[in-house]
Amino acid sequence: MSAEAGMQAWLASRVETWRQLAPQLEALEKRRDHTPAEALQAIELYRALGRDLSIARRILPASRVTKALEHSYAKLHSIIYRKPHDWRARLLTLFREEIPEVARELRPAIFWVTLLFVLSAGAGWWLIARHPELISLLASEEMINGVERGRLWTEGLLNVTPSSVLSIGILSNNIAVSLMAFCVGVFFGLGTFYIIATNGLMLGAIFAFTHQHGMAGELLKFVTAHGVVELSVICLAGAAGTMLGEALIRPTHATRRESFQHAATKASRLLVLCALLLIGCGFIEGYLSPDPDFPMASRVIVGFGYGIVMIGALTGHLFGRKRVKPGVDS
Amino acid sequence: MAAPQVTLQSITGVDVELRIAGVGSRSFAFVIDWHIRAILAFAWWSVGTMMSLGQLVLWAEGRTPGAGYFLWVVLPSIGIYLFYHPVLEVLMRGSTPGKRMAGVRIVTRTGDIPGLGALLIRNVFRLIDALPFAYLVGLATTMFTDQHVRLGDIAAGTLLILENKEHDTSFARLTPANRALDPRAADLTYELLERWMELDEKTRIELARSLLARTDASLSPEELAGMGSIELRTRLQTVLNPTP
Repeated sequence: MSAEAGMQAWLASRVETWRQLAPQLEALEKRRDHTPAEALQAIELYRALGRDLSIARRILPASRVTKALEHSYAKLHSIIYRKPHDWRARLLTLFREEIPEVARELRPAIFWVTLLFVLSAGAGWWLIARHPELISLLASEEMINGVERGRLWTEGLLNVTPSSVLSIGILSNNIAVSLMAFCVGVFFGLGTFYIIATNGLMLGAIFAFTHQHGMAGELLKFVTAHGVVELSVICLAGAAGTMLGEALIRPTHATRRESFQHAATKASRLLVLCALLLIGCGFIEGYLSPDPDFPMASRVIVGFGYGIVMIGALTGHLFGRKRVKPGVDS
Repeated sequence: MAAPQVTLQSITGVDVELRIAGVGSRSFAFVIDWHIRAILAFAWWSVGTMMSLGQLVLWAEGRTPGAGYFLWVVLPSIGIYLFYHPVLEVLMRGSTPGKRMAGVRIVTRTGDIPGLGALLIRNVFRLIDALPFAYLVGLATTMFTDQHVRLGDIAAGTLLILENKEHDTSFARLTPANRALDPRAADLTYELLERWMELDEKTRIELARSLLARTDASLSPEELAGMGSIELRTRLQTVLNPTP
């Protein structure tokens, strides 16, 4: 038998199998609940396709048959290597194990970012206390005019905007700020420092400005219920952002790219929790904080109670993580 | 220029080769997706506004839209625009309508289908890739990285690969009725017939004669020389699918 006839015979023997590949791959890709027998069948198909591709690459290089086999082989490879799909187990691992682990690793970064935020707030206070005219750089004209007339912008907020709309507006804005504080960490952490410092500066400046007009107490009353967690979450997102910068400055893997990818994957787990906490903050800020009848004591209870929930979530205990006792050597 | 490739090792010993999508394919997919999401968001907003306010205006004079208008009209429109990519990429296992049309797909660096986490990270980094406007950061990183990836892809460990749907149909053509035909010649004949209209008259006649000289022994050189463009095309089709 000539080489050409051999090739023809081989093609003829395999072609029917290949023609059935497209629907088989489609079915394998769409479904997630394969039986062990089906999984074994897919692996067998993968092996057979590998053999066929190897032969095709040798006898029909750069032909359409080879390209089509390469395409099917790559597709089957992606199906076989995809990660298992168990939402419940994945979520439990995320909240019980992975997020507490990231939070623990980020403790020093959380401390330094929080310190930067506090110092910036102090600087903002000092700046406006010394140079009150600079408030126009940090606050809107409407807000300044309102405070100068003795009216805080948070007063009567619910008369202008319904709570539901207010909550969604606030929570989406806060989530966007947190995501931004995280993402700009890619600029070697400097972007994160900038966002944290400007947020701190604005907070301090606005408190100083309202203090000058005798309304700092009113503002504190407004902020107490949601502020504890909201400001903490911004610091947490900032700490996650510094992880990206750190990965680029001092890579932990063979390349900066790998190190950055590893850090982004790890830090983004914390952001999932941050986003969930900010949703809660949005509802508190939309429904409770602007309500003038909601007493200060209740605001303190809500604020610190939600803070305890946040700590419980960060340590994993809120999701049933068991306290691990250090082993005793015998 | 051939697309850059990523070679992945496999347990079978036969490497998997993935062709990486370039800036052109990525931009093409993005432009299609942008139009789809913009049209969908605008359609939702305009229908909702017409139903709520009775006219197509941003704010009806003398009327303050209520919370219902914001929650059912404005918010879903913004949601469609902002969450189009993450939602569809998750639902369509690393693809979107634009990516499908452009023949590209997202895979992880190990060649498998990306999970929810990777797709979300990829989309969160759009905040940076979209800076300062019109995705300039993303475009620049795509142009200057070996694997044409934007920051979101680097963070999520994903790649955009070319996925030509033509491959699925090429198996269907693998059994030419004329079993005696050399598969390499059959491959060339299909390609010539597909590109027939794009080629100039002289080139396609020359290629068709050369192919027929190899595949159709019943034709003498004189007969071949006397055949015109239409006859040559018909003859090539007959070679691939001879009538019984």
